[in-house]
This record gives sequence, structure tokens and C-alpha cells, in this order.
Amino acid sequence: MSETLVSVQDMKVHFPIKRGVFFDKTVGHVYAVDGVDLEIKRGETYGLVGESGCGKSTLGRAMLRLNEPTAGKMVFDGQDFSALKGEDLRKMRRRIQMVFQDPLSSLDPRQSVESILVEGLRAHDLDKGKESTSKRLRELLAAVGLPSTALRKYPHEFSGGQRQRIGIARALALEPDLIVADEPVSALDVSVQAQVVNLLEELQEQFGLTYLVIAHDLAVVKHISDRVGVMYLGGLVEEATSEDLYAEPLHPYTRALLSAIPVPDPVVEDRRERILLAGDLPSPANPPSGCRFHTRCPWRQASRCDTERPALRELKPGHKVACHYAEQIMSGEIQPHEVKPILIEEDDGISPDVPLVGPASVTEALS
Amino acid sequence: MALLEVRDLTVVFQRRGEEPFRAVDGVSFDVEPGQTVGLVGESGCGKSVTSLAIMGLLPKRGTKISGTVSYDGVDLLKLSDKEMRDRRGRDLGMVFQDPLSSLNPVVPIGLQVTEVLERHRGMPRKEAMTEAKDLLDKVGIPDPNRRLKEYPHQLSGGMRQRALIAIALACRPKLLIADEPTTALDVTIQAQILSLMKELVQDLGTALVMITHDLGVVAGLCDEVNVLYAGKVVEKAMRHKLFAEPRHPYTHGLLASIPRLDAAPGEKLTPIKGSVADNIPWAQGCAFAPRCPNALDVCRTETPAEEDQLGRLLRCHNPVVPGTPAAEEVPV
Repeated sequence: MSETLVSVQDMKVHFPIKRGVFFDKTVGHVYAVDGVDLEIKRGETYGLVGESGCGKSTLGRAMLRLNEPTAGKMVFDGQDFSALKGEDLRKMRRRIQMVFQDPLSSLDPRQSVESILVEGLRAHDLDKGKESTSKRLRELLAAVGLPSTALRKYPHEFSGGQRQRIGIARALALEPDLIVADEPVSALDVSVQAQVVNLLEELQEQFGLTYLVIAHDLAVVKHISDRVGVMYLGGLVEEATSEDLYAEPLHPYTRALLSAIPVPDPVVEDRRERILLAGDLPSPANPPSGCRFHTRCPWRQASRCDTERPALRELKPGHKVACHYAEQIMSGEIQPHEVKPILIEEDDGISPDVPLVGPASVTEALS
Repeated sequence: MALLEVRDLTVVFQRRGEEPFRAVDGVSFDVEPGQTVGLVGESGCGKSVTSLAIMGLLPKRGTKISGTVSYDGVDLLKLSDKEMRDRRGRDLGMVFQDPLSSLNPVVPIGLQVTEVLERHRGMPRKEAMTEAKDLLDKVGIPDPNRRLKEYPHQLSGGMRQRALIAIALACRPKLLIADEPTTALDVTIQAQILSLMKELVQDLGTALVMITHDLGVVAGLCDEVNVLYAGKVVEKAMRHKLFAEPRHPYTHGLLASIPRLDAAPGEKLTPIKGSVADNIPWAQGCAFAPRCPNALDVCRTETPAEEDQLGRLLRCHNPVVPGTPAAEEVPV
């Protein structure tokens, strides 16, 4: 058994922007994920963080092939998952399961919990007779902390935290190796979040699961992950163990992100130094040249930053960063400076040099 | 006398054929100029309803509001709709959670800012436009001249929230109520907006009521914190005191259940068991009792009274002894 369970190589997901009624002319691309390499070891929890629009969810979905990646591949347990087709793909999917953000919209309101859990078992021929299945369902519910009376109920009869438990039970039902959890706790109230986080940790110990946890909340990710990857505009900017990342963030974006997260302790809050980033995330349809972060980076230098895209390189064992000047920033040789916010266009990000041709709507076409 | 004095504010929603629902149940707090008061709690605890009741924005039908909300000596709850309209936007500003749904999508940002200035300060449009430009500039919107002509959908989430703050501040209100102003935003943008609000409170001496579910935001911003549970304030103290020594089991449990960025590796979270659905009505006892690790028999039979303990208000029969670690691990 190899140590690496998942290896993602140069994954790209570009969504075409289409205009026009008759010809669907492609006028540009949203570069949601633009060249990501990562490895997840068996039994570990890999956390993927970033702000909205950075491509973290798209990356997760592309790994499961819920969105077809534009380029790159994912190798799962030594097999090229991206090349699988038809029945082989379907069979392989049993081993990779997903837990979604919003438990209410990811559970069919007209299916009882029993039917939700049995569906996957049937699809993968794990339903071996009534008795063993019903035993299995009880085990599942017990594992996620729901009473067995829950089987006959429907999703709307549960609270948010309980619904998320059903979602987790559904993922567990097929005895997967990898669970991809996309914002598993962000829709829940704080007092319930901890219950689900602890549950995920306990299940990992019990079943030896590997997790990919995608979340925007760095505090949650730091808590449950062994290693964390920070994404910005479609690319990984830093990757380290969660302790290293917190103790010594190397990328300017990670530093800003860490300093922006409020800590529920006034003593810490009063003493903390904030790195305020200027402006907003640039549009992924029209990403900045060179380093994607250079437009907002307080440590930006005159050369290289705006022309050359930095590669993810290993600065220390297990700590990778995509910044040309990481060493100098770390040693304090380069000091931060003021950044003026630049205007971010919120039109759907079509670069201005592409002429818009063709009618934009049906009424326009008919007039 | 404080600028805003909320006394025993109670909001009861009554729908035909249903039990009346007490969303806010006897909430009292004061806000002084230049002070920031936080209302914290989970969804459904009545924090937003409190703010809407103060602003007079709750529907008249099926809502019973009692208590007093005195602003500068005037009880806002007794004012007519017209008088209230004159005050909203001029004396009382409000920033809502979702900037996209609280801005008018078919009116340019500029007009939405000048509307307040024309209505309350009687400024001519031209002058108001210049003022609006200054306002957008002050809240940190780049290139305000161009932004004035744009519509809300053309702005990013952070910029929209800034525009909303500009509108709320247009008439220099003495009181600003912010209802989850950063919940819809990313953390780095949240940090920008929070530092902007801090600056405004310092520079203009605005009194700020901050409503949020995020204890981290409260820790950095508020002077006094009110913790709400099921419509009642269960604990109220100055922030340093509250965070250093939470006495109510709910506050204590809440703090133990959030993952902290500066926590030691391997530290376990201690969740609060159950969910809000387990609450019992306040009339019967303590609403938190079914979820409380400290619950005694009396908690289920007698409503705890609010007690003043050296600058801390506490509503609990069996408060947490300072220094106790979080309650036992609850079985999942």
C-alpha cells in the first residue's frame, strides 16, 4: 500500500464564458482552478482554505469529477482516476465520497433517511439481504450519533446539525477511503459546529478515513487538519502542516489571512497586529499577470512579481510557498508598504480586449 | 442618561391559531456616545428582532412590542410612523447583513446616498452629490466619482457594504445599529470593514450597537457585551471581564466550542450538547437548562432572575465557578 492516497497533478478547471443566443460564442474563460498540484497521504486530513471565489470548491469537485477538469489528472490509490470511464469510474466512486455544505439542499426532501442511506448501498451491490442491511444502517446511525428511529423520518424533521450527520452517514455508508467535505460546518450554529467537527475526528480514528476538508474558516481548518493548503485565485500559494502554517506563515497572503481572523479573546485582539489587504479579490476571469497576489501584496517588489508566476517551492521540509521573495520577507529584508486599492470590475469579468459580438438576449435578437 | 436606553424590551409574535412566540423577552441595555455595545447569540436568539424593534421596522400586524426604547429622552416606541421616518437615517443609522438585498438594485449608488441627504438635510441634488462623493471616499471606495453612477450589482460584496455604511453615516447619526455587518463577507474584507467601523466610532463619537454571532468580532470591537439566549440576556459584562471569566454556562460553553487560531495543537473542542430545539420556555425555568452541564433541579422549575454581580449581570441558578475547564466531553 503506498503512502500517498491522492495525487493531483497540474489540475486546471476553466469555465467558458458564453455570449449570444444562436452560436454560444465563447468570449473568455473563468480560470477557477489554474494549475494545482497536491498530495494527500493515507489517513491524514488535508485542509484547503481560501476566500470565496478562490477555486477551492471547484478543485474539490473536479477531483471527484463532478466538474470535468480542463487539464491535469488525479491519481487515486495508484490509479489514474481522471482516465476512468463508464463502469470503472462508477465503481471507483464508491471509494471517494462527498459531504456537502448545505445539508438541507443536499438531501432529497422526499426521501426518508433509510432510503437516502440504502440508495448508495444498492447502487454498489452492498445491499446483501434485509437483515444485514438493516444492521448496517443501525451501525451507521450509531456512528454518527443519531437514534435508529431516525430511519423513518425525513430530512425536514431534523435540525441543521442532525442533517449534517445524515449527510456524513450517507458518505460513510459505502466505506470510502477518501471523504471530501466541502464547508461541512459553515452552515451550522457555533455551538453545533463543534459537535460535527468532533464527530468527523472520531470517525476518522474509528474507520481510518482520509479527509479533504474545504473551508473558508481557517480556525476550523487549522483545528481538524494535519496539513493545510492555502488557495488564492485558482492556485495554491502555501502548503504546510497546520502548526507550521500558523506559527510561521511564509506567503504574504497567508499572513494577511491569519491576521484578519478574529480571536475570541480581547487580550489577544488588542495586541494583535493586523495586515489589512487593500481592495478585493480580482476577477478569476481576468487574473493579474505574474503572481496573482501582486495587486494586493504589501510586500510587492518592482521586479518579477508582476511578470513571472511563482511556482510552489519547498522552502523548508514540508513547507511549500509560491512567492519569489519568501526568504527575504521572512528575514525582514523586505518591509511591507502601503497598497492603493485598485478597482475591481464586477461585470462577469470579460477582458476588455475581447469584442462583444452577437445579440446578448432573445429580445435583442428579435428586434 | 445614556444616549440609548432600552428597558425591558419584549417582542411577541402572534399568529392566528398559534401560540404566541416571545422572540425578545425583557432585554435591557444602554449605549453611550462613542461606545460599542455588542449583542451576541446564535440564530434565533432574538438579536436581529431587537434591532428591528429599536428601529421601528417590525410589521405592525401580529407583533406586540412592550418596554421602552428611549433615545435622547424620547421613547421611540411611542412615536408615530411619520416621526419615526424623520429619525431613521438622520438620528438612527442601520447597516444590514446582506448589502445586496438592502440596496435598491435599480437605482445607482449615488442616488441612494443622496436620497438620505436630500430627505433629511434638505440639500439640493448637486451639493448632495459632492457630499456623497466625499462619503464614499471616506468609507474607502476607490474612484468614487465613477462608483456614484454605478448600480449595486456592479460592486463587490465588500464595496456594497461600504456603500451601505456610507448611506447609514450620511447624516452623521448619533446611533448606528449594525446587524451582522460582516457575516456575508470574506475574512480579509471583514477585517477592512471592522477597522473602518472602529475608526468611525472613534472619529465621529457614534454610539454603535453591534449584532453578531461571532465572538471573535465582539472581542476586538465591543466595549460591553450582552449574550442573548432564547430572547433573554443571560450574561452582560465588559468584554475583558466576560472573555476572561465567563460565568454563564452558555457563554462558557460557547467559548469552549469554537476552534481558536491560537489554540495548542491537538486541543479538543467541547461542544454544547443538543440544539436550540431542546429549549424549554423561560416561564417554566431556564431555557438553557436541557443543554446545560451545570443544570440543577431548580433550573427546570424556576426562572432564574437577573443578578448584578460587581458589574456583571448574570441570569443563572448555578453559574460556572471561575477557572473550571469546559464541561465533560458529551457523547456524540
